[in-house]
This record gives sequence, C-alpha cells and structure tokens, in this order.
Amino acid sequence: MSDRQVDEDIPLEVVSDVDRTREDRIRDLLLTYVVVPGRILITDPRALFGFGVVIAYLLIGTVGVWLLEPTEMWAGGRLVQPFQTLDHPLGTDPQGRDLLKMIIFGTPPILTMIFSGGLFVVVVGTVVGTVAGFSGGRLDDVLSTITDVALTIPGLPLIIVLAVTLEPENPVLIGVLLGINGWAGLARNLRSQVLSVREEDYVEAADAMGIPMRSILLKDVMPNVMPYVMYNFMSSMRGVLFAAIGLYYLGVLPYNQDHWGVLIRQAYAGGALTAGSMFHWILWPIVTVVLLSIGLILVSQSTDRLFNPRVHARHED
Amino acid sequence: MNGRWLARRIGMAFVVIYTTITLTFFLIRLMPGSPIDRMRAELYQRYGATMSEAEINRQVRLYLNVKPDEPLHVQYFDYVIKTFQGDLGYSYIQGVEVSVLLADVLPWTVFLLSVAITFQYVIGILLGAMMAYTEGSRFDLSASALSTFVVSVPFYVFAFILVFFFVFQWGIFPQGGKFAAGLNPGSLAWYRSVLYHATLPVVSLVATGFGGIALSMRANSIQTLGSDYIRGARLRGLSDHRISYRYVARNAILPLYTGLLIQIGFLFGGSVILEQIFSYRGVGYLMLDSALRRDYPVMMGAFLVITIAVVVGVFVADLTYGRLDPRIETGGEGR
Repeated sequence: MSDRQVDEDIPLEVVSDVDRTREDRIRDLLLTYVVVPGRILITDPRALFGFGVVIAYLLIGTVGVWLLEPTEMWAGGRLVQPFQTLDHPLGTDPQGRDLLKMIIFGTPPILTMIFSGGLFVVVVGTVVGTVAGFSGGRLDDVLSTITDVALTIPGLPLIIVLAVTLEPENPVLIGVLLGINGWAGLARNLRSQVLSVREEDYVEAADAMGIPMRSILLKDVMPNVMPYVMYNFMSSMRGVLFAAIGLYYLGVLPYNQDHWGVLIRQAYAGGALTAGSMFHWILWPIVTVVLLSIGLILVSQSTDRLFNPRVHARHED
Repeated sequence: MNGRWLARRIGMAFVVIYTTITLTFFLIRLMPGSPIDRMRAELYQRYGATMSEAEINRQVRLYLNVKPDEPLHVQYFDYVIKTFQGDLGYSYIQGVEVSVLLADVLPWTVFLLSVAITFQYVIGILLGAMMAYTEGSRFDLSASALSTFVVSVPFYVFAFILVFFFVFQWGIFPQGGKFAAGLNPGSLAWYRSVLYHATLPVVSLVATGFGGIALSMRANSIQTLGSDYIRGARLRGLSDHRISYRYVARNAILPLYTGLLIQIGFLFGGSVILEQIFSYRGVGYLMLDSALRRDYPVMMGAFLVITIAVVVGVFVADLTYGRLDPRIETGGEGR
C-alpha cells in the first residue's frame, strides 16, 4: 500500500498528511468485515459448516417457500415412513400431509421470531450495558439494579404469564416477548467490559482531548466489544428458538399458522412418542430445530475468531 | 463474611421479589381483558342479575386478593402486604388456598433441580478439567465436540427421546408421577420409588447441561494453567496435587459462578416444560396447568414462588461464592 511507503520514509515526523478518501474507507471496511473474515472462515471447517447451515435455513425460508406449493391433507397416504418414496422423502403425518413441506413452510415464522428476538436482546443489552458502564454514578446504579432484577426473574414463567395475559400472535412480537429478560446477561457482562476498556489510556486520551462521549463510545469502545455482541446475537437467537419451540409445545402461545413448534405439539399430542410407526412425525421437526441450533452455536463460536483483531493480523496479507 | 456485601445481597433479593409482586399486580389489575374483568364477566354470566355489585367485588377480592372498589394505590399496598404475609388468594377451580397448593408441590421441584444442578456441575467441572489437562489430545477433541453437541440440544428434546425409548419402547422407566401408588411415605421402598421416578427428568437435565459447564471450565483452566503464578508455583517445587487443587481448580471454578446464577433461573423456569413432559407434579406443572385453565391466582402464585425459589438459590450460591473468593472476605468488590 502506498500509505505504508510514506510512513516508512518519515517515521514519527508527521501526524498524517494523507487524506483518507471515501474509497479507502470502503476498502478498509470491506477488508475488516468481509475479506479477512472470509479468509479465516475458509480455514475453519466448523465455522464453515455453521455458516452453511444458517444460510441454508435462510434460503429455505425465503426461496424455498417461494418455489414450492404448500402441502395439504391427503397429499399422500397415512403415515408414510421416511425414505420410502421420492414424493414424501421424510414421510407423512396421520392426515397424509407431507412432513418435509410442512417443515419448509414452517421456516419463515420461526426465522422472523428468532431474528427479532435476538435483535431485541442485543440492542437493549448493548445500550443498557454500555451506558451503565460508561456513565457511572447514579445512572449506573439504577441500570445495574434493573439488570440484576431482570437477570433473576426466571424467563420462561415470566413469558408464560405475559403470553397468557397478552395472547400475542405476531411472530415479531412473540420474538421480542421471548427475549424479554435475555438482554440482562449481555448487559451485565458488557458493563464490566466497558468498565475495563474505560481505564485504557487511549480512551482517557480521547476524553482529555474533548471528544464527545458518544463518539468515544462508537469509535473506541464498540469495536472492542463487537465480537462479544455478535456472539450474544447468535446465542440469544438460539435461546429464543428453544423457548419458542418449548412454549408452542406446551400450548401456551396462540398460533395462527403451522410451524415447527406447532408440528411438535401436534405430533406429541397425537401420541408420536408412543409408537415407532409415528416417531418420524415428531423426529423431523426436532432434527430441524437441533440442526439450526448447532449452526447458530458454531457461528457464534467462530465470531470471536472472525472479528478478533489479533486473528485478523495473521490473515491480512 | 463482609457485612456490607451481605446486606447488599439481601437487599437485592427483596428488590427482585418486590418487583415480581408489583408485576403480577399490574398484570392482574391493569391489562385489558385482565383476570378481574374476566372473572366479573364469568360471575355475571353465571348468576345474572341475582348477584349484586358488592357481592361480585367480594368474590373478586377473595380469589384475586385485589379489592376492586378501593382506589388503585390502596389496592396495590394491600396486595403487596397480603402477599408478603403469604396470602396468595384462592384457586378458581379447586377452591383451595393457593399457598397450600404451592407448599405441597414446591419441595419436589427443589429436590429434582438441586440433584440435577449438583450432577451437572460435578460432571462438567471434572470433565472440563480433564479436557484442559489433556489439551489437544484425541480425548480433548472428542469431549469438546460432544459438549458442543449437547449444548445444541434443548433439554426437552432429549427428554422426548428418553421417553420414547425408556418408557414406550423398552418400558424400563415409569411414564410419569413422583412415586408409585400404595407405598408408605417415608418407607425405604417409597424413597427408592421417588429416586426411580426422578431418574429420567434428572438425566435429561444433566445430559444437556454438563456440556456448557465443561467447555467453560476447560477454557478457564487452560487460561489459568498458562499464567505466570502457576509457573512460579512449579518453580517453587510445590506438589502437582497442591497446584491443581489450590491454584488451578479454585481460580478456574470461580468464573463459573455467574453461569451458576443464570443456570438456577434457567432450570427453575425450565421446570415448567420438564415437569409437563414427565407428568411430575411440581411447581412448574402446577403453573402450566393453571395457565392453560386460566386459573390466574394459582398461575401468579406459582410464578411468584418460582421467582422466590430462584432468589433463594442465587443467594445460597452467592454465600458459597463468598466463602471461596478471598476478595469478598477482605471487602474488595468480587464481581
């Protein structure tokens, strides 16, 4: 790069006489968030598998739903076993509905749910945690107390109480409801991370130079905690997924469309666990949930490597 | 134990319980289509004009612990004070005091979950330590992969699979219940039956819970093993035994405590699903049952009791943490 040439010629003499153009900045952003993570990704089979799974679910939930026709009753025989015919590769339920298609058409509501839930957790957790850690004093005390309370009140019973009184049907609203106290753990950890970043010399220097708090938070603090936030985004999506399926299984959440949770409930209530001939009815939705969960975990485990500056340094050239 | 630290923990516990009571009050009182409105409508439908307004209010007050004819703040204070005294109202459906119903089922849930937590942590910590000591070996790799896999399986999915094989296919374990009928409570056969019935629920929690603990124990131990004071201890010629227990294990276990606090809440919350699958009549079962039947006093009472159980569990965990971490003893901020 040409900048480096300049640096080497006049070391420590000039602060910077090269103006960064917009093109440079875009190239840097691409390098940090696309090119280098991509290079790391290729060398890490676990991360590759995780991303593959998550992207496959995204494609199924968007393109797959658009390409296929939904199944209906008596599309096939009663309880066709899996891997018998190409028409129903995963078999059918007792009403002759194709299980593979039911799972595919159950994907969009679940993805909407976990995405909105994960986003809610991360946004609330990040805002509360960083503000608490950076402000200190009374505001910190108040926010920390709220965080501790939210952390202690058990999530699932709280959600059940709210679900029974509010009876939400919109997937976005359900997702937010399921993340209702998931943000607290993130907020607590971020607060302590921000507290330690705050002690760093460069942040103190920025403060002394009179740079406003908001830009210190955005430019100096956020990049430090970003890998952790990304990690939490993925793992709270998994948490929302588990809670959603669990609550639909219990019959607490009202439903207006069929998806994996409703499928598991119907299969369980229909006695799928009691006989081997019906087991595939409950098995496939379960496998679907577990596979997505594994994908999310592998992606979350790799986020640290993908966005960690120290790992980056090794892959930049 | 440091006095100020203890006072802060106790104060926090009360804030959580108080918040929960406030939350249940506002849910009962202020939600559109709230339990009060529904109960009114139901009474009106059943008795029509023969029931006076005063009589309806008396019924609402008896069941929900709320006096609908008083101003809101009076209702609120009255509700909080009564709840703190242990008066949780009456069940719509069974007509029994909610507190009696709850006292009956709570010990079972506490029993189930404390056994599960103990096993989860013992197995997780031992496995994690072994993985750290053999870092990079085939054992470490396969144990890490296994731990990652079980973290991805929700405990209820594992419970389904256990039920399918052990109950319906092979008939080794009973389908549900807390103990076999016809046994004398307190007899040896009764205790054995209790353990027998608790096996599958505990196994499904332990099998899906140890992995996360093992993984973080592994990471903590590896980090501790690499630190300078361990090298120093080796150079000073301390025995391996002393190093692994006093230096590595203690420092690697301490960070697990935050996870334990979250785990207690998660398990008590999860008891709703777990007890439903195994028809195990604990607090979670009661809560779900009342939620599905819209028996609001029982549902709110169970929610409150589960929260209190979590608060007490977290408090106990905090006390043991204080004993392990010398910084608490001397008054430094532990966490």
